[in-house]
Amino acid sequence: MRLCLALFLSKSQPTQLQSLQPLHSLPSPMASLFRLPAAQLTTSCRPIFLPGEVERCLLPGVDLDSDDSDRPTPLLPFQSSLLVLTSHRLVFIDEASASAREISLPSIIKIYPLKKSMSIRSMFASPRVRLQVAVSNDGTISEKGTRSTVIILVMRGKNMDPDVFYGRFMEVIRAREWELTASANQGNTGLEGSSSGARVNDLKITMPVVGVSGILRKEQESWESTDKSLQDAFQDLNALMSKAKEMVQLAEKMRQKLLATGSNSQSNSNDEETVSKQDMQDWLLIVGIASPVTKETAGALYHQQLSRQLADFVKVPLEKAGGMITLVDVYCLFNRARGTELISPEDLLQACALWEKFDVPVMLRKFDSGVKVIQNKSHSDDEVFARISSLAQKPDALRKGISPSDAAFTLGIAPALAKEHLLSAENRGLLCRDVSAEGLRFYINLFNEIDSTNIYS
Amino acid sequence: MQKLGDFKLPPFFNYPPYFTLQPVKETREKQVQLWKDLILDFCKNQKIFVISLEEDFSLFSNPAIERSLSHEAKVVFLSALVNDGRAEWMDKGHKKCLILWLRIQDWADHILRFVRDNGLEDGVTTVEDIRSGFETRGTELAGIDRGVLIRALKLLEQKGKAVIFKGSSADDEGVKFSA
Repeated sequence: MRLCLALFLSKSQPTQLQSLQPLHSLPSPMASLFRLPAAQLTTSCRPIFLPGEVERCLLPGVDLDSDDSDRPTPLLPFQSSLLVLTSHRLVFIDEASASAREISLPSIIKIYPLKKSMSIRSMFASPRVRLQVAVSNDGTISEKGTRSTVIILVMRGKNMDPDVFYGRFMEVIRAREWELTASANQGNTGLEGSSSGARVNDLKITMPVVGVSGILRKEQESWESTDKSLQDAFQDLNALMSKAKEMVQLAEKMRQKLLATGSNSQSNSNDEETVSKQDMQDWLLIVGIASPVTKETAGALYHQQLSRQLADFVKVPLEKAGGMITLVDVYCLFNRARGTELISPEDLLQACALWEKFDVPVMLRKFDSGVKVIQNKSHSDDEVFARISSLAQKPDALRKGISPSDAAFTLGIAPALAKEHLLSAENRGLLCRDVSAEGLRFYINLFNEIDSTNIYS
Repeated sequence: MQKLGDFKLPPFFNYPPYFTLQPVKETREKQVQLWKDLILDFCKNQKIFVISLEEDFSLFSNPAIERSLSHEAKVVFLSALVNDGRAEWMDKGHKKCLILWLRIQDWADHILRFVRDNGLEDGVTTVEDIRSGFETRGTELAGIDRGVLIRALKLLEQKGKAVIFKGSSADDEGVKFSA
């Protein structure tokens, strides 16, 4: 409540002084006067989420500046990091050093609205969001702090619209989901059903709604929010500017609908429709916004994050499968775990291909036969070959050889993979094959042991 | 030790992969070498000059381990011998192969030695005599393939050590050796 009031009452600082700064007195970066608590990352540089925490937005290329003195100074360790906005915190990830810092949302006292001044400098400057955060006595930004300071998020990345981020930021602050999780954790520890029931009444955002009533409710909610959006948007110019993105999307949707109905129906009642179609197009032109290409621009980031998420997910199945798992299996498991937001096989392939760029402990490997597998980087072929060799030299194997299913059984891996390993061992000269009515079997390679000059001994 | 006739087989004859054409290059090279040597040794021992791929050849299978060479494998090994000059395809279809466990040149040398040992210079003998005559018994020449013998004699003819001429009967030729 206090936060909402603060938002309505605050006014942004005048920008005149800043636009007249001479170049040689640009602020010098200083070592962080304020410490941010460290955030935990997985081995693939994805944040480890708290229970009930949900990711809301990703922004690459974010700098953190301090606005404490009379002009903004960059806080050194937080330059060009990946900002992850979640329902509970802001996480700044530095992928190069695989480290992260966080600001918990409750420690934010005030968010200043986005500046919409029209000076030349601010048109080309990176969008900035100023926050007032609570600081404790030792300089750490934390919600229990008694002092406060102002910091600035500078969005240098070219991809995301600052208004969208700002909108989501505000939503997340308004939702106050960290309080919900806290109260759910404290009370009703044994009665999980009732706490989730309480949640449904308070906030409909986090609860997955099921059934037909759920679908109807969702439809209702989306209508309501559209309606509210329209109302808010046209109330004043500032609000409209910040809602512009949503308006464009709405307009697009309506235009699509018009186009669809226009092409379907015949020329009888077309006058009205063509008129409104024309009007729609005119209005769009007036607003001057083309269809945003967010899908394209978010695409690269989407694949990156998917790639990291996949690397995390795949660890457990990899362990169970003995260090190597086929891509087909991963596809099934991953999609099953995701539930509704399924990924396509191309997405999976691209995600795996991106692993080369990051430092993740897994890799994609293609066998000669074309089979693609995911394996741990630490997986050693030699170790597998040693096990195969010792298996092939057991008395039974010396007489009858080993089949792929024998190897699968002994090595504890899938038969398809066992066959790949046997074939690799054959290529290395450790084994040789025997084709007969019983199928394909492998023997330890004795050709090298035979002395060609004295073959009868 | 296993035997094929009175030929002693090498121990790896019982190694099943020996009868499967190996795909890996190095292993295959080793395998081919072993088969080449084995074929030559066996043919020499059994005085076999022609291997026909349309018939069973006892060396190409091992009933004890229930394995035998595929047609492709046989062609590979015999072709390797041909490339070494130790065998020749007798037909375009590569169905019959002449095994030269002694090269023609070696045969020619054998004949010369035989001629010297038996004092046949300046005498006349028939081809058949060289093949199965009394003197040849116990020597390499006994039972030599007629075609091979003729070629060896022709080689000697080129070198001027012998002269072949048509004999009295239609299917026998005479040879006159010169010192």
